[in-house]
Amino acid sequence: MSDTTPRPFSEPSPLSRALSAVAVVLYAVIAILPLIWIGATAFKSQADAIAYPPKIFFSPTLEGFVDLFTVQTHQSHEFIAKMAPPTTWYEKIARDRDMVIAGPSRVVERFLNSLIIGFGSTILATFLGTLAAYGFSRFRVPLADDLLFFILSTRMMPPIAVAVPIYMMYRWLGLYDTRIGMILLYTAVNVSLAVWLLKGFIDEIPREYEEAALVDGYTRLQAFRKVVLPQAVTGIAATAIFCLIFSWNEYAFDLLLTSSNAQTMPPFIPFIIGEGGQNWPAVAAGTTLFLLPIVIFTIALRKHLLRGITFGAVRK
Amino acid sequence: MTVTNPARSLAEAAARRGSARFAARAGLSDRAVAWLFILPTMLLLLAINIFPLIWAIRLSFTSLMANLPTPARFVGLDNYVDILTDEDIWANFRVTAHFVFWTIALQILIGLGLALLINQKFRGHSFWTTIILLPMMLSPAVVGNFWTLLFQPQIGPFNYVIGFFTGVAPSSFSMIGSVVLAPWTIVLVNTWMWTPYVMLICLAGLRSIPDYIYEAAEVDRASPLRQFWSITLPMVLPFLMLAVLFQAIQSFVMFDMVNLLTSGGPGSTTETVSITLKRAAFEKWQTGYASALAVILFVTIFGAANVYVRALNWVKQQ
Repeated sequence: MSDTTPRPFSEPSPLSRALSAVAVVLYAVIAILPLIWIGATAFKSQADAIAYPPKIFFSPTLEGFVDLFTVQTHQSHEFIAKMAPPTTWYEKIARDRDMVIAGPSRVVERFLNSLIIGFGSTILATFLGTLAAYGFSRFRVPLADDLLFFILSTRMMPPIAVAVPIYMMYRWLGLYDTRIGMILLYTAVNVSLAVWLLKGFIDEIPREYEEAALVDGYTRLQAFRKVVLPQAVTGIAATAIFCLIFSWNEYAFDLLLTSSNAQTMPPFIPFIIGEGGQNWPAVAAGTTLFLLPIVIFTIALRKHLLRGITFGAVRK
Repeated sequence: MTVTNPARSLAEAAARRGSARFAARAGLSDRAVAWLFILPTMLLLLAINIFPLIWAIRLSFTSLMANLPTPARFVGLDNYVDILTDEDIWANFRVTAHFVFWTIALQILIGLGLALLINQKFRGHSFWTTIILLPMMLSPAVVGNFWTLLFQPQIGPFNYVIGFFTGVAPSSFSMIGSVVLAPWTIVLVNTWMWTPYVMLICLAGLRSIPDYIYEAAEVDRASPLRQFWSITLPMVLPFLMLAVLFQAIQSFVMFDMVNLLTSGGPGSTTETVSITLKRAAFEKWQTGYASALAVILFVTIFGAANVYVRALNWVKQQ
């Protein structure tokens, strides 16, 4: 075990490197398996999804996705035989199982709500956050530290705890179960993150650029728009994605403050049940479609993740 | 250039003083811009966070039931007395404490371990890091929901795999339905989900340690174990403590994942305080009582976080 040639610590030995690689890859594979299982279940037939022992190899089908997006009625084989032949691939999938498509399911509305509320609150929170972050970053605001701490502390409030008064307030204002109400609420939750993250990003832009612009006769607002914003674009984009992910994922507020109108996907996914008990492929299909954008965003964001999850407190 | 443009040289002088007061005269004053930029955010937070909070404090002294038309009656501290003398509530706090303690312990152990391994910078480490990070970005509610599929005793892969390695019949136990296993099931899923969080922050801590410290230690012939205890751990500790702060708050108020995974059951073996609060507020409609519980939750979080941040600052100074 004598290692005669001295090696700098920053260079671990090949053996310890190899062992670490094995351990980390093993963990990663085990940790990712549940997600892969859900993704695979989305492409199983109902029979394959509830087979025992659980099936690893199966012939993929889009039944789960068709069940997810449509409402179907069960019909007799003879009845279906008399009908005009199916014109679309998804009708064919349904008819092969003696089902007739009656219309689109509520999932479509839920996805639409998720998109509208997600993007609406993200745009608002990023807009407000950029302004406030610039204000805190560049001007001497009285009690700035206290205000910033106050902004952060609003994020620490458990949603369930403030849900009661917000519920009553929303009932009173007519914002209960409206998209506008949810957009405002998610904006309020996200703006704290946006201010903290963007303050970090704007702090990193040298003041000299703006000062040069001011000297050249720009007003403050012009300097902000034409000099600071273009340089903060990466930070703003990263912040926006974090806000979008939060709104997309949020469950508690949406469960308690919406019912049939403005409900988004997360509270709805457990209610994708389908004919005759839990339709696992449909649930898995909904889950997969819901999680896929987050997986893509996570990969796109990987350089900024650390900042995002610590409110900018830890940077690389 | 000769002095042909007095305005410009004045502006340059202003810029040299580090203030742009001169140039700002053309538009809004700096003070006006600052308030114009900050006020909308503050107003929104006041309307949607602070106003409800104050309202909750007021409601906590009443017997209001939001589903009934009867007006609220002032009951003083009755709700608080009821909560603090209720054995069931204390049981829920114990469930929550068990959950918080074990998830944090496991997250530190696995998260720090993974960070140390990844810091060996083997080939492809950044790819595998990204893969490991995925679970923490997902929706806790949706995660709770899809684990119910994985935990199905008959058809779920989890029991099958456990059965494969231990020889136990896969249908002989239920991770969600068993009184003994369910409290550990929520710990398991939460650890799966949030270990990457602790890992990522620890990794940042490890990368902040300059190499020369280790080189000096090598010169002094300090053993790797000694290096870990006297260099790595103390330097990573502030980062680790920050991760623990965020995670402790997060799991203390955890609602989404638990609600969809076990919804507090079986019985009330996984009923964390958030679930109790949701039931009191939105199923029993005891609005006043629920508000008092919410206030107790706030005070606990802010009190504990305050003490903790002091400890964190003390560690940072060491």
